[in-house]
Amino acid sequence: MKKISLNKLDEFFAAIAASQTLYLPVEDGRKGAKFDAWKEGAVYSTAANTSRSAKDFFFPQVEDMASFKVDGKEIEVYDTRKESEDFVVFGVRACDAKSFDILDSVYLADPVDSYYETRRQHGLIMTMACNKPTETCFCSAFGIDAANPAGDISCWMTDSELLLEANTEKGEALLNALSMLEDADASAADDTKAAIQSILDKLPLKGLSTESFGGDKLMELFHSDKWNALSESCLGCGTCTFVCPTCQCYDIRDYDTGHGVMRYRCWDSCMYSDFTLCAHGNTRTTQMQRFRQRFMHKLVYYPGNNNGVFGCVGCGRCMRSCPISMNIVKVMKTLEG
Amino acid sequence: MQEVMVKRASELLADGTVVRVLGWKNGEFAYDPTPAVFDSADALSAFVYNDFCASNLSKYLIDLCKKDGKTLVFLKPCDSYSFNQLLTEHRVDREKVYIIGLACDGKVDEAKLREAGCEGILGITTDGDTVKVDTLYGEVSVAKADVLGERCVTCKSRQVVVYDELIGENGEVNADCGRFDQVAALEAMTPDERYEFWRGELSRCIRCNACRNICPACSCVNCVFDNPKSGISQKAAADTFEENMFHIIRAFHVAGRCTDCGECSRVCPQHIPLHLLNRKFIKDMNECYGEYQAGAEAGSRAPLVNYTLDDCEPSVVYEREAGK
Repeated sequence: MKKISLNKLDEFFAAIAASQTLYLPVEDGRKGAKFDAWKEGAVYSTAANTSRSAKDFFFPQVEDMASFKVDGKEIEVYDTRKESEDFVVFGVRACDAKSFDILDSVYLADPVDSYYETRRQHGLIMTMACNKPTETCFCSAFGIDAANPAGDISCWMTDSELLLEANTEKGEALLNALSMLEDADASAADDTKAAIQSILDKLPLKGLSTESFGGDKLMELFHSDKWNALSESCLGCGTCTFVCPTCQCYDIRDYDTGHGVMRYRCWDSCMYSDFTLCAHGNTRTTQMQRFRQRFMHKLVYYPGNNNGVFGCVGCGRCMRSCPISMNIVKVMKTLEG
Repeated sequence: MQEVMVKRASELLADGTVVRVLGWKNGEFAYDPTPAVFDSADALSAFVYNDFCASNLSKYLIDLCKKDGKTLVFLKPCDSYSFNQLLTEHRVDREKVYIIGLACDGKVDEAKLREAGCEGILGITTDGDTVKVDTLYGEVSVAKADVLGERCVTCKSRQVVVYDELIGENGEVNADCGRFDQVAALEAMTPDERYEFWRGELSRCIRCNACRNICPACSCVNCVFDNPKSGISQKAAADTFEENMFHIIRAFHVAGRCTDCGECSRVCPQHIPLHLLNRKFIKDMNECYGEYQAGAEAGSRAPLVNYTLDDCEPSVVYEREAGK
């Protein structure tokens, strides 16, 4: 384990940023925090979490895939990707770090999504243990330990020091390259971990159970008579899907640039009326069906296809952002009850 | 107030006046009630009304009016303006709605509570003008006035403008609410400054469409932005031009019909002050065509759809300074 005094945090960030772009959470001036590229004077935000998730780094909301130049019957295709550069994301929470595993199992499974893969290869994740988990946190329901976050490097913040431990070769290499780091006792973070654990034990959603969900509950849950009431006030906006770190659906669109075509993909939302729109129309014609799809995907279909791993990491963003305060916790408790 | 509301709702269900009740259902925490429909006195045990019942329920009545029987709805003053506007646009049926108007002294903004240092919220109690928040990290007391939603700080009216009965005393229109002050500040900027301001705000948009979907004035059955053949996408902005234009087009579309209920800004997960676009239109219309408040009266004609001989000439550049 390595350590550095919090007084030297700026120096530490500058050293990382000297060789690659460093992203970290900063106050957004709008009642929240956001990931931003570090520059001189940037102040690391200790907010419970960023308003948007960290998935943007690997799966951005909009990305150009290819462009086409059309000349009569000739079509030329251009790969619009630029060489990716290495980057570091500091301050990722345990829940978001776990969300990358969930995205990986979709995008890195055969056929590999090379757009996503390139970003994953170039990115290094430094996680931060959650000193102040909040009432909307329920990562423990999905086996995530906010006191011991994953990632290439795990970090803990004590009153005076930042403690760092590498979990991968890539992480080890970065820590070794940072000469200002000092060695620390393997047990240096123990007090912080214990303090975090004592708060995790008091979280109001601590007892949230996933027992009633999973691939084997498909028919029973799909036909539950509770979906109608649950979805009745859903506005059909995409807030929950767009702030969600594990929502992974996208749409591919062609944009007429006037002299050719730009093919881009963008996040899609199963809450939208044109989600999976086919030539014959749409498979889901009511908001209840769309609403059900979102939660069935996270609680039934995804675990059914991925050895019981759920498609939710308990970050609680949907609980804070939904305009009508409907969310996965209310859905789970209602379906269970 | 909650007890009186539940009592009246139970009575109206029991005597057959209404067949369902549209209100709010308690949530997981003290601050997250969800709009819900209740169809029996038993179901009303989950009914809640508190400082966080901010949702404007009027838009749900478009669908509920298509169902059999009458719906009881609870409308706060700003929600009642929206209802009147929907009535004017023939989107709801007055005969199928029983309205209980609620006196309102403003709703608390959860985000402002968090700004005031409330994380790990376990319970919230309001004691007069003070909001007491019990958190995992200790108790926090804040003045309610400091954590009111932005629209409540500049509340335009505490008057319920359409109702069958009232709970509490009806309030007054507040002409001096100062709701156009921020617009005036934007108008005083240079075009470049103003452009920078709006780029800063609109560039944060994630195109979740929450503003559109919550908006009672956005009641098109099929929105133009949801048409994949329209050449634009509602899911993501292809470029910064689209990013700006989505919100500006929407503001144009609701101009003259927007009652300034403020739901767009309340629900924005990125905290973009979208209501300022709408208020700019309202302010301009007031200055060009005389004071007009959408939804103040059902059936009123908005200036933009009402020709009068002394309308200001659209071809003449309107001089704001002249105060014409």
